Amino acid sequence: MAKANSHEIRVKDGRLVALNVLKYAILTLGAFIMMFPFLWMVLTSFKSLDEAIAIPPKWFPSLLRWENYQHVWTLAPFSRYIINTVICCVLHVAGTVLLSIFGAYGFSMYEFRGKKILFAIFLATMMVPGELLIIQNYITISKLHLIDTFAAVVLPTFASGFYIYMLREHFMQMPPALYKSAKMDGTSNRRFLWKIMVPMNKNVIATIAILSFVSQWNAFLWPNLVTQTSKTQQISTGLIAFQSAASSNVQYLMAGSCIMLVPMVLFYIIFRKQILEGVAGGTGIKG
Amino acid sequence: MMSKFRSRKERQPKSRLVTTADGRLLNRSAAGYLYLLLPVAFLAVFLLYPTIMAFRMAFYEKYVFIRQLGSGFGLSAFKYVLHDKTFWLAAKNTAILILVALPITVILSLGCALLINSIKKLRGLFQSVYFLPYVTSTIAIGTAFKWLFHSEYGYLTWFLNLLGIESKAWLTDSNLVIWTLAVFCIWNGLAYKIILFLAGLQKIDTEVYKAAKMDGASSFRTLRKITLPLLTPTTWMVSIMSLIYTAKTYGEVYSLFGGGSAGVGNNAITMVYYIYYQFKERKMVNYAAAAAILFLAVILLLTAIQRIVSKKFTHYV
Repeated sequence: MAKANSHEIRVKDGRLVALNVLKYAILTLGAFIMMFPFLWMVLTSFKSLDEAIAIPPKWFPSLLRWENYQHVWTLAPFSRYIINTVICCVLHVAGTVLLSIFGAYGFSMYEFRGKKILFAIFLATMMVPGELLIIQNYITISKLHLIDTFAAVVLPTFASGFYIYMLREHFMQMPPALYKSAKMDGTSNRRFLWKIMVPMNKNVIATIAILSFVSQWNAFLWPNLVTQTSKTQQISTGLIAFQSAASSNVQYLMAGSCIMLVPMVLFYIIFRKQILEGVAGGTGIKG
Repeated sequence: MMSKFRSRKERQPKSRLVTTADGRLLNRSAAGYLYLLLPVAFLAVFLLYPTIMAFRMAFYEKYVFIRQLGSGFGLSAFKYVLHDKTFWLAAKNTAILILVALPITVILSLGCALLINSIKKLRGLFQSVYFLPYVTSTIAIGTAFKWLFHSEYGYLTWFLNLLGIESKAWLTDSNLVIWTLAVFCIWNGLAYKIILFLAGLQKIDTEVYKAAKMDGASSFRTLRKITLPLLTPTTWMVSIMSLIYTAKTYGEVYSLFGGGSAGVGNNAITMVYYIYYQFKERKMVNYAAAAAILFLAVILLLTAIQRIVSKKFTHYV
């Protein structure tokens, strides 16, 4: 009896081990599929053209041709693109965070006529797809003579019903006693916002900042409409311009794409926790 | 100093503070408007106004792009769009993506999330790797896909030949382009859904699993009878989000088929690409607006249907 039992356990153990091995095998295969385009891109960016288009494939470059990157830099003003993109990212993050704080504070700490309707309008705008907006926004921006400026790239991105909603939820969860005691001490509302509310919600504000940085770095549809010269072109739209210059030199094309991807990958490695938690918490940007 | 402090406190009118039902303190003050001034201004100019204008523009009879002047009121833009073959091609392609690519992505991401959730070692690593496509630009990674799908030099062609399967012109054959696009969309859309599913899985109470284990339930049975039913709210949420996202597919088309038209003869065109194409390439603002409104109506309808269905079939939502 005891023997049979231990045999049973051993069989069960064996099955568990096999199941576990299978799980890891599937996950590794999946991870390979997810990583493959990135790996191929990086490896190809160091190849010569012959190596890059060889069939059967030459998986690895015979040597690391850093000169590919040098050449890519002469084909398009990548430094300029990167600077432009960083400027727009910073402006976008600053604008979004500031307006979200103002909006959230106004909605969570004040009572005034028309508040409910106003908040409902904010919520409703979350339903409107950005694609519907680009038509009139383009006309507005061109009427303001802002085409091909950084302002054109970032101004329409500042007000976000979603971030205001999210931050308002956090502000509302703050204990009322906090505000009561601040009032006792005679703290002004403005001081209360900057000295207490903002520092106490710094995590969620940081998440908003990080995620909006990522989305602005990768933004394409709108910048592609309003940037025309390398004076304002973003890395995404610059990449498209560069692709016609590189024509079918695949090693250059991949080096160009790497220039855009690598900073984001590093950014992701640094802020992995906030990004994953922010996205899981509903702060999505691309789905 | 002290007296000044006190007098300030006394001056504070008490009636200005109101207490809400849940015990929070609110200021009854016009200063609320001040804080909302900037957000409201930006929202009004760049969100509300363009939405209203899109409805207006769709009914223009004539539009002069250079002077940005529209005139007339009628249905001709809708008539044009509804008789445009390209519009219906875009609708068909978008429908294929929603009906085929979306379920595959949701099922695959659910599977990945369940697997990642069930392992102990290297969980964080797998999570990070599967999430990578989310933070990386579709435009940049699309270039890699474009070359991997290349009919002559693409590794896919080589791989299929190795298996003895004849490769096709994935990026130019008018019958195939939509499937090539679907593959890229599936790959690109997995990351976000995996993370949402993982978050949903983590919300399930571990006590439930302990109880199931004590009752001797097999892991397959636990999955079928506990995990999946408890995960339904997440599954619906993910489906609604991906429905909207898939309907808006644009960057994937641009990066694979690029530039002006979406591939040879616009064969890979999607709804949003059609809107963009009418606006940017053809400068037909009223057609773009009409298409955008039809698109918005369909999305709202689909989301409403999905909501009703989800309410009917789940008790947790």
